[in-house]
Amino acid sequence: MTAGATPLAPAAAPRRRGIPDSALGVAGLAGLVAMLELIPRAGLADSRFLPPFSQMASALADQLDSPAFWQALGSSLRGWALGLAIAMGAGVVLGIVIGSIPALRAATTSTIEFLRPIPSVALIPLVVLLFGSDMRSTLILVVYASFWQILVQVLYGVADVDPVARDTARSYRFSPWAQVRTVIWPTALPYVMTGFRLAAAVALILEITGELVIGSPGLGKSIAVAQSSGAVTTMYALVIVTGLIGVAVNLIARRAERRVLRWHPSVRGEVPA
Amino acid sequence: MTEPRQGTDVTDSSATLTDPAAPMLDVRGLKKVYTSGKRSVEAIRDLTFSVGAGELVCLVGPSGCGKTTLLRCISGLLQCTAGEAALEGKRVSGPPPGMAVVFQEYGRSLFPWLTVWQNVELPLKEKKVPRAERKRLVTDALAAVGLADSHTAHPWQLSGGMQQRVAIARAVAYEPQVLLMDEPFAAVDAQTRADLEDLVRSLWQRLGVTVLFVTHDIDEAVYLGQRVIVLSNSPTVVLEDVIIDLPAERDQLTTRSLPRFAELRAHVYERIQQAKGGHRPAGVESDA
Amino acid sequence: MTSTIGVARRSESSLLIAWAKRALLVLGLPIVLIVAWWLATANSTSFYWPPLRTILEVFGATWFEGRMGTDVAPSLVRLGAGYALALVLGVTVGVAVGSSPTLRAVVEPVLEFFRAIPPPVLVPVLILFAGIGDGMKVLVIVSGAIWPILLNTVEGVRSIDEVLRDTARCYRFRRRARLLHLVLRGASPQIVTGARQALSIAIILMVISEMFAATNGLGFSIIQFQRSFAIPQMFSGIILLGLIGVALSLLFRVVESRAMAWHRGLHHTQRGGN
Repeated sequence: MTAGATPLAPAAAPRRRGIPDSALGVAGLAGLVAMLELIPRAGLADSRFLPPFSQMASALADQLDSPAFWQALGSSLRGWALGLAIAMGAGVVLGIVIGSIPALRAATTSTIEFLRPIPSVALIPLVVLLFGSDMRSTLILVVYASFWQILVQVLYGVADVDPVARDTARSYRFSPWAQVRTVIWPTALPYVMTGFRLAAAVALILEITGELVIGSPGLGKSIAVAQSSGAVTTMYALVIVTGLIGVAVNLIARRAERRVLRWHPSVRGEVPA
Repeated sequence: MTEPRQGTDVTDSSATLTDPAAPMLDVRGLKKVYTSGKRSVEAIRDLTFSVGAGELVCLVGPSGCGKTTLLRCISGLLQCTAGEAALEGKRVSGPPPGMAVVFQEYGRSLFPWLTVWQNVELPLKEKKVPRAERKRLVTDALAAVGLADSHTAHPWQLSGGMQQRVAIARAVAYEPQVLLMDEPFAAVDAQTRADLEDLVRSLWQRLGVTVLFVTHDIDEAVYLGQRVIVLSNSPTVVLEDVIIDLPAERDQLTTRSLPRFAELRAHVYERIQQAKGGHRPAGVESDA
Repeated sequence: MTSTIGVARRSESSLLIAWAKRALLVLGLPIVLIVAWWLATANSTSFYWPPLRTILEVFGATWFEGRMGTDVAPSLVRLGAGYALALVLGVTVGVAVGSSPTLRAVVEPVLEFFRAIPPPVLVPVLILFAGIGDGMKVLVIVSGAIWPILLNTVEGVRSIDEVLRDTARCYRFRRRARLLHLVLRGASPQIVTGARQALSIAIILMVISEMFAATNGLGFSIIQFQRSFAIPQMFSGIILLGLIGVALSLLFRVVESRAMAWHRGLHHTQRGGN
């Protein structure tokens, strides 16, 4: 880590610096780029393994010109979005059903707690066996991994429903559907959005992982191909692309969360689960 | 209990040695301007007052008059823009030894991961008080605030008033020469508040510690203090230094029903109302 | 708390019933699912779905006769080493970054970028530098698991209560006490959250790094079974991996509930409303 090299602010530093944070952030990124350029050029790292940043950038430019890259990018994003959508739908529906029926909740808790920590990558050999390197293999991994994130958050959300509000709804003989719409859903919504944000990141990781290991079409596969054919600069360029997609996914998920919850009284932190 | 301590790293080396005639706490021409970007806000204009050793002085002022800023400057948590605060003749440039602060936010000033006992003991460990002495000090302090039975509880298991008692015990066990209290009872209920006021009076009388008590409650200030310093609205100056000539033995019922208490209370109240209206002492221009 | 005392006073038989009810709730569905799997595959002739009985029969022979030492132990050692290193580095750097607003502003975008890279793509990158030995695998685990710990530590240090900081300054805490009693304890709820996320990432990376390039290890063995169509053995490996995941998360929870009892209590009283 490079933290030690950067000058520290004075110890008592709540005082304003005068330089806006965004400028410092840009400076930090520029510093990273400069380091990536200078370290291989100065011979501190083997440039066969870590090419200078300028070469990565030109490889990236080449990629942007090639239709294969856009195809791979499209496959990755499609797989990610589809997997996330399936997990979201299944997680929300099951979460609300299980969460609002106490007996069901009690009976499933141990099973959920057991299945959740099973690493999704353990399924890789099984899905390869069943579907080969088809995109369905990766899709299953994506759905499995992101489903738990959403389910658990929805369960927290339903558990958070004010008992008085729920009793009120019952005493006015609201139909189950009306109860879900007017009492459970509004309370659970912040949790659903938290689950969405966490699941969006997890889904991307598993999408790329699946492509990388299983060889289903997408950026992960391109990275594996670049690595095995010794195209190191291309590989770095693609790694940078996955990082940028990750940043974009995080930003979009956070913005969506804030947008949906703008009206909500409790814009809240995530449940440490 | 309050022998003078040796000079330390935090006080200015250029300052003179302890002057026996110097007041315990001396605030001279203190000024604080907050600047953020191009905007600057003058919180404190020019404050001068002093507190003698063993005195109990209350600071009152209209809300938003910079009381907390002042306290943070005196305690060395904040650098003042001009002027100085001095403890026993030595300029304060960081939290000095021999000073303890009780904050208003009792729930936030106690370490939630430590027990009551550990909360009181930790500052003593940092002061390198030997183990046996530490044990005695913590036991005594917790007994003095009526928490002898709650050693192993965590702060959040106690009521608000009890949490503030822990914070007071921590300050008392530290054996400070000066105890600063920043609206310590603003967030507790009225009954608890009365109990805690009496607790502060009795601890002060027993230990001979110098107390500077900041409050926005006029009754509280008059009931507790030997002097009440009335502050103007921001940018803050001293409006009046009122001597509280009530008997030393005070209790909630009789003291508060004395005619003199009512007079003093009315007087301070009047001054505060003037302060809210923007009145400032002669010679100090208001820029409002 | 009081309800347990109430239960203890009741007669033994009702205590037994309460126990049985609990056991039924905890074990009921898992047993039903396992039995369903057992019955559904009992007469299975499908090559891909061998009977559960066969899987369990080969389980012992597959893992306890040799592979425990040659494959499982190395995997777990690499996991432990990588995770521990990620914790130490993540918390150390996180405290440094979190303590300085300027440093934080400078490095935060860089850290956000590194965190956003899906960790498994670092496997081919790190193979370049570290080959395919144990060093590479530990490095892969560190490089993926460090980010949630680091970023959560930064957030935790940043959000330490201002009044608590003032208290530590007023009582003139020395550097060591400030670090131990204020910064690390104060940031510990977020550090734990980060460590929990990091644990599942570390397990994923342990498996991936072995599937990608290795000569031993759990991930390697499972992929070998799949490639050689040793299907019952492959299933037994998936089950073992699942059990390890569950065991580690249980272990994490035990450690957490010990270390963070104060946080649960505090949170509880705050939510209860004072």
